[in-house]
Amino acid sequence: MLVSQQQRIQEDIRAMVDKHGRSRSSLLPVLQEIQARWSSVPDFAMQVVADELGLHPAEVYGVVSFYSFLDHGPRGRFVVRLCRTISCELACKSRIARQLENELGIAFGQTTPDGRFSLEWANCLGLCDQGPALLVNDRVWTRVTPDQVHAIIEDCRKVFGAHAAQPAHASGA
Amino acid sequence: MHVIDSRKTPFTFDSVERGAGLAAALKLSRADIIATVAASNLRGRGGAGFPTATKWNLAAAARVKNEGDHKYVVCNADEGEPGTFKDRVLLSDYAELVFEGMTIAARAIGAPRGIVYLRGEYLYLRPHLETVLRHRREAGLLGSDIGGIAGFVFDIEIRMGSGAYVCGEETALIESLEGQRGEPRNRPPFPVDTGFLGQPTVVNNVETLAAVTAIFANGPDAFRLLGSAKSAGFKLFSVSGDCTAPGVYEFPLGITVRHLLEQVGGQDAKAVQVGGASGVCLPAAQFSRRIAFEDVGTGGSIIVFGPHRDMLAVARNFMEFFVEESCGQCTPCRIGNVKILEGIERLERGECSTAYLKELRALGETMQLASKCGLGQSSPNAFLSIMDHFQDEVLGRTPSLAGGER
Repeated sequence: MLVSQQQRIQEDIRAMVDKHGRSRSSLLPVLQEIQARWSSVPDFAMQVVADELGLHPAEVYGVVSFYSFLDHGPRGRFVVRLCRTISCELACKSRIARQLENELGIAFGQTTPDGRFSLEWANCLGLCDQGPALLVNDRVWTRVTPDQVHAIIEDCRKVFGAHAAQPAHASGA
Repeated sequence: MHVIDSRKTPFTFDSVERGAGLAAALKLSRADIIATVAASNLRGRGGAGFPTATKWNLAAAARVKNEGDHKYVVCNADEGEPGTFKDRVLLSDYAELVFEGMTIAARAIGAPRGIVYLRGEYLYLRPHLETVLRHRREAGLLGSDIGGIAGFVFDIEIRMGSGAYVCGEETALIESLEGQRGEPRNRPPFPVDTGFLGQPTVVNNVETLAAVTAIFANGPDAFRLLGSAKSAGFKLFSVSGDCTAPGVYEFPLGITVRHLLEQVGGQDAKAVQVGGASGVCLPAAQFSRRIAFEDVGTGGSIIVFGPHRDMLAVARNFMEFFVEESCGQCTPCRIGNVKILEGIERLERGECSTAYLKELRALGETMQLASKCGLGQSSPNAFLSIMDHFQDEVLGRTPSLAGGER
């Protein structure tokens, strides 16, 4: 029998809930795992989590919308987060920002049409002594120069080859 | 494990033998453990400077709500203050000391469970921390009958944040652990009485817990004799901005701003932001002030501004940060930060009268008084101190002067 995608998502989320425990305090770890797996927390996933944990879906939406690392809408396989806080600003983060926009062809807050990259601002990544700094999923890049931006993006694109692995981002694993 | 090495001076933590602090603490009774911390005069390293021994005493005395409940030790590793990165270094290179400190805290208050709340931005540190925890379990330093003490049970779990600055506030952190939006609670009741899941909970900064381990390993006197009378001990400083050698430094508390700048290669600074975005901006005329809880307090963030920096652009960056990170729960913070940012934009356009600037300042002072948590109470600090010291630089701008590097 064919398994519908929704059924599969439901089973996967059930397994996550079983792993983290059926209490409200497991909500964030479960959502983080969903985000890592599917790059966002879609409506259907929020409904399933709500059912499994015995919450109203609005409660789940409230949490998803609060945290900047949890996304409701679709996000790219790679999320590029450039730090915009003071020390990185002093280190000329705006040039890196411009070059990222040039390389990806999108503005901050957007996702490439092929669903591969999202470009976002981050607030202080804790790499203030080596700015400008950025995160690509959970990988750190420091002292980025404008001419390195292309290589950073190309490094990610390798993953989309024939034997593509799962995303490196694996929170809550 | 070096993800990125930021250390610029030797740390006292280098001289602390792994395991020595915990071994020394476990020889003592619970009351004596807290007495030793009290003798060191250790105050919280996250920025607020609350005496650690007082916090532990309150948690030790508090009762769990029902039979079968238990207390918690939480390590606040949600290092989000702009310009702060010392906890990243501690967790990379001194994680054992942090976990030892948590174990000592657990012994002191009688908590069987510990949680490290690690900010989402530091996800790359998690595999390393899990490895250290596994080794500690294998060595019998976590689990049951730790250190041969029958009935001493303690284990540590890592929970991730998801990119919310406000979760560094201890009650917001607890809300987040409970699966809620990270909105701060009213205090009192304080977490030492009603914390995670309503149980007594100690929430300590990463550096505080590592310092506890050092205090037990080297003795409380060695710690207390460093620093000033009200601010004992050594402190890690995260230094960034316009200086020749940014990084993490260890200095005794009570060091003057000028002395610190000499050490980091920032002598020509025009201003220094002490305490991150929620701290204060000191002009060169005040560089003789001391970094200590009784003068300029800090969680260790030092941001140096060189002579060519536009201080209005600096204020703008800080206010953009707070507009983004305000949880939106209370009105002074939700609306006030936006209004101050709009005022800064007005100043940038050269359209702000002195009377309006006065109103903005009054708004900032209202926010300091009326906001619910530390975020809103401290978010106008940077703006107010920049307006205090650089008013001549920000008023009467014309288009050719407007804006910094943006």
